[in-house]
Amino acid sequence: MSDRECPSAERYIARSSAIAARLVGGEMMIMSTADSTFFTLNEVATLIWQQADGRTPLSEIVDKKICQEFEVTPDQARRDAEHFVNELSQHGILQVSEQPIISCAPPPAEAP
Amino acid sequence: MSLLAEMNQKALALGIPISVHLDLTYRCNERCVHCYLDHDDHGEMTTQEIRDLLVQLADAGVFFLTLSGGEVLMRRDFFIIVEEARRLLFNVKVKTNGVMIRGPEAARMRDLGVEQVQISVYSHRPEVHDAITKLPGSLQRTIKAIQFLKTQGLKVTIANVLMADNLSDNMGVMDLARELGVFYTLDPTITPKLDGDRSVLGLGISGSGLQTIFHNRALVGDVEEFCAPPPPPDEDIMEGYPCSAGHTACYISPYGDVFPCVQFPLPCGNVRQQEFVDIWHDSEQLREVRSIRAKDLSVCSGCAHVGTCTRCPGLAYMEGNMRGPSSADCEKSFQRTGIASANMKARARLGGARHLVQIQAMA
Repeated sequence: MSDRECPSAERYIARSSAIAARLVGGEMMIMSTADSTFFTLNEVATLIWQQADGRTPLSEIVDKKICQEFEVTPDQARRDAEHFVNELSQHGILQVSEQPIISCAPPPAEAP
Repeated sequence: MSLLAEMNQKALALGIPISVHLDLTYRCNERCVHCYLDHDDHGEMTTQEIRDLLVQLADAGVFFLTLSGGEVLMRRDFFIIVEEARRLLFNVKVKTNGVMIRGPEAARMRDLGVEQVQISVYSHRPEVHDAITKLPGSLQRTIKAIQFLKTQGLKVTIANVLMADNLSDNMGVMDLARELGVFYTLDPTITPKLDGDRSVLGLGISGSGLQTIFHNRALVGDVEEFCAPPPPPDEDIMEGYPCSAGHTACYISPYGDVFPCVQFPLPCGNVRQQEFVDIWHDSEQLREVRSIRAKDLSVCSGCAHVGTCTRCPGLAYMEGNMRGPSSADCEKSFQRTGIASANMKARARLGGARHLVQIQAMA
């Protein structure tokens, strides 16, 4: 496991502004404006993405949001969150840093 | 099914307008011979009105936002509008003739995260392109714009509207697109002018011209498959919707009028008088459009092409009946397959032209 994937290192995540996004029926639609890659996020991933404000550590998002709102063990939630964050960061949809991130796109409006 | 198709299905089920085409202005710096617009400003929405509208569209769930015109860059606040649209995380596509795009404009579009730019090119030959746009030097300026946009890494598509005067140039435009490293799309449809003037329809390509296009492997891929006779329609087809207009998509004019589609001039409301979401959900006109299934189409439901025809309900509406046939699409189906449509057979028996419905502003 590389340092980047080490769950013990604190990581901060921020939504990229180089995306289009909309919450439709509980699922987040995201398209990278850089390469037009299209993603849909499930409810857990959507919650992580919504909390990705650049200031809240990923571990806190997992412990205080994911584990509270979904029936999942902390270990499983951390593993899934790490996998999700790594995948989206590779597409430039999430920024990841070991320091808090200042610039962050606003969360998108939710369709009624 | 692709992710995008799945989201479209979901939007349809939830009644969400996932795509909106917003014309920012009808003003233009070109005077294309086939254009359906009146280029005067009759009271365009202000910057603030458009800002407010964008917030409403985001709240309604709109994801794909096409900004078009007229020429969008004729609006001095164009980049303010794009900036607001991107702040609201729309997927923004811009349709333009490119004449006003130079390095700084291309860089600004890249910085703002415009996903795609579509540019009209009528011919690879300046004498043909410029004769259509009536703007000397326009092809050269448009090609420069494409190069500026490509340099910035933007996704660019050349849209090639085909008419009798430029029909023979489509392969030249395709080669130009390849040289420039951009996408190519063609459109053989000419629509009546907003004031009801049908004279522009005479500029369109003939039946034999359509047949040539539909049998060109470079344009359609597998010709045998593309031109195959239509299979018999099944229940799913007969219960299906004609197209996305009014279901998951709509059009908004520079004056705030809402229509099912840019090519479907049925006024459904005005965002200066009502919230967009109220028009989207409560407009009687949109409800009527949504109620129509293939089985309800007066002539087309009995046509062999019903399952494969590109029938445009807006063009049908302009012929007088949104449940009726669109003759231009009948012609396409015929030229593609060699099989006459039910409408063509009926017209051959009865003859006679129908009056067009003109676009109207809301009272």
